[in-house]
Amino acid sequence: MSQTILNDDSLTFAEKIISVKAVGGGKVHHAGEIAVLPADMAMAQDSTGPLAIKVFREMGVQKVWDPKKIHLVIDHSFPAPDEKIANLHILIREFVKQQGVRLVEGSISHQHLLENHVVPGMVLFGADSHTCQAGAIGAFATGIGSSEMAALWASGKLWVRVPESLKINLIGQFKKGVYARDVITHFIGMVGEDGGNYKSLEWKGPAVKNLSIASRACISNNSMECGCKLSIFEVDPATQDYFKTANRKTMLEIHAGPKAKYKDEYDIDLGTLEPEVWGPGNESKVRSASEFGDTHLDEVFIGSSTNGRYEDLMVASKILKGHKVKPGTRCIVTPASRNVFERAIKEGLAETFLESGAVFTNATCGACVGTHLGVLGENEVCLSTSPRNYLGRMGASTAKIYLASPATAAASAIEGKIATPGRYL
Amino acid sequence: MSLSAPSAIIRGRTWVWPDDVNTDIIIPFRFKARTNDPVEMAKYAMYGFDPEFYKKVKPGDLFVAGGNFGGGSSREQAPVAIKYSGIAAVVAESFARIFYRNSFAIGLPALEVPGITKQVKQFDEISVNLKDWTVTTKDGKVYHALKVPEFLRGLMREGGLVEYYKKHKSFPWERLEATASSTRA
Repeated sequence: MSQTILNDDSLTFAEKIISVKAVGGGKVHHAGEIAVLPADMAMAQDSTGPLAIKVFREMGVQKVWDPKKIHLVIDHSFPAPDEKIANLHILIREFVKQQGVRLVEGSISHQHLLENHVVPGMVLFGADSHTCQAGAIGAFATGIGSSEMAALWASGKLWVRVPESLKINLIGQFKKGVYARDVITHFIGMVGEDGGNYKSLEWKGPAVKNLSIASRACISNNSMECGCKLSIFEVDPATQDYFKTANRKTMLEIHAGPKAKYKDEYDIDLGTLEPEVWGPGNESKVRSASEFGDTHLDEVFIGSSTNGRYEDLMVASKILKGHKVKPGTRCIVTPASRNVFERAIKEGLAETFLESGAVFTNATCGACVGTHLGVLGENEVCLSTSPRNYLGRMGASTAKIYLASPATAAASAIEGKIATPGRYL
Repeated sequence: MSLSAPSAIIRGRTWVWPDDVNTDIIIPFRFKARTNDPVEMAKYAMYGFDPEFYKKVKPGDLFVAGGNFGGGSSREQAPVAIKYSGIAAVVAESFARIFYRNSFAIGLPALEVPGITKQVKQFDEISVNLKDWTVTTKDGKVYHALKVPEFLRGLMREGGLVEYYKKHKSFPWERLEATASSTRA
């Protein structure tokens, strides 16, 4: 029966994976229906995990359903910047010991799972909105809250509503200085902050094959900023190579049917995109980096789960090489994982950052969530590669946040104002 | 997360909020990540708009909000801070997905009523009926919220996942057969 579903021409990715994996598997679930979905993996981090642990204990459950499938990640405030957070980290470590679940400290959860654990065809629930990043390798991956995470730890299953899907066709080739981040920033500008709310985004079209797994991860991760439930790149030769190189087996390869029904379809010609900037704040429109004139920057932040991968740091270091960060502007570079951190040191990227005058930190969500290593003060202005430009996100409520790609960020650090990267490449 | 389960009919005065109120506005990370105590979280409810909100809100007040309420982060501390600040229900034009799920999970009544912000002004007295899932405005007009499957309404009435599990030793969806529904989440 599962094979019939996988071969069905009329079903979207979301309909297929939920139909195949739901309790009572083999029955077709269309968009709008409710299903109960067993999880292959559950992840909580240090700002959602402590509440989940508290709720789990209040429920009175003694043991988790499957310790090997449960990951706790200390990433948001790592290492602890103060005593209150240090105590919540202790709570997590005690729970990990008591339940025998997995723990990682000092890599951002989404990147850690992508590098080591999540594979195509898995069902992953994460107590973090950017869990949808794992859609980049064809997994069902979505965010939930702490109480549902506690219920998942107890039972191994959660309810889901089968989402409607949007199809985005990518065609053409990037101009110099334009990257995956510009695609997703442009798309959010097109559909708005709730343009993907409750929806599954399917990224298709001939240009997808040219996008690396890291670029796809950037797009899937940042799709959350239009509210999506899933953001999917189906398995293709690039995905297969990625897992072959890593010597990891895929679970299930799912392809949407050619006659699947989409709520909307969009075409994006990559050749028409500019280095895109969204801000200040989420109420502003998306504009080209060339339209900002002399917008002075107090801080440039290059990092986060959206854009802290090796390919991101590579582009930033290429641009910063032989240049200095403008006096009056501080530049902070934060890798997304311990692996990226070590590679950046071994392969000389860290040296370039330090020579340019930037600060190179350990892997953490720190600056993005305004907890440490780059917090903004009153009225400061920041250009960041992190996912969110919300009021008060990185510190003071009066601080202004612009979002852009690592290339735009690196060029902007050199000039001390919002700048386009083309001339440095 | 124990506060008593919500009453079937809730009357209260409204705080009216715009579109796209995200979870960083509802409770900034630097506060929510430094405590596991809902009473402490409540001190930072709506901090992004008004750091003194917790002093101004009265128990039993209601929220009426525009579209995409609770967008952004998965932080359950957002609905928890709202609930423990004394807010008895949130009525919005629409909710962001995770906030909506979290509201049911913690027993904060969340009703989607398209167009509601045009019918309600700040501090109007309105009522929310959790039996028939309706909102009655100051002038007596009744608005039906978008439908929600019975298993979720039941979860809401019982006060959320902790209360439900303590009583039933199971979760409301565990014996659920797949059903067609118009709910969103």
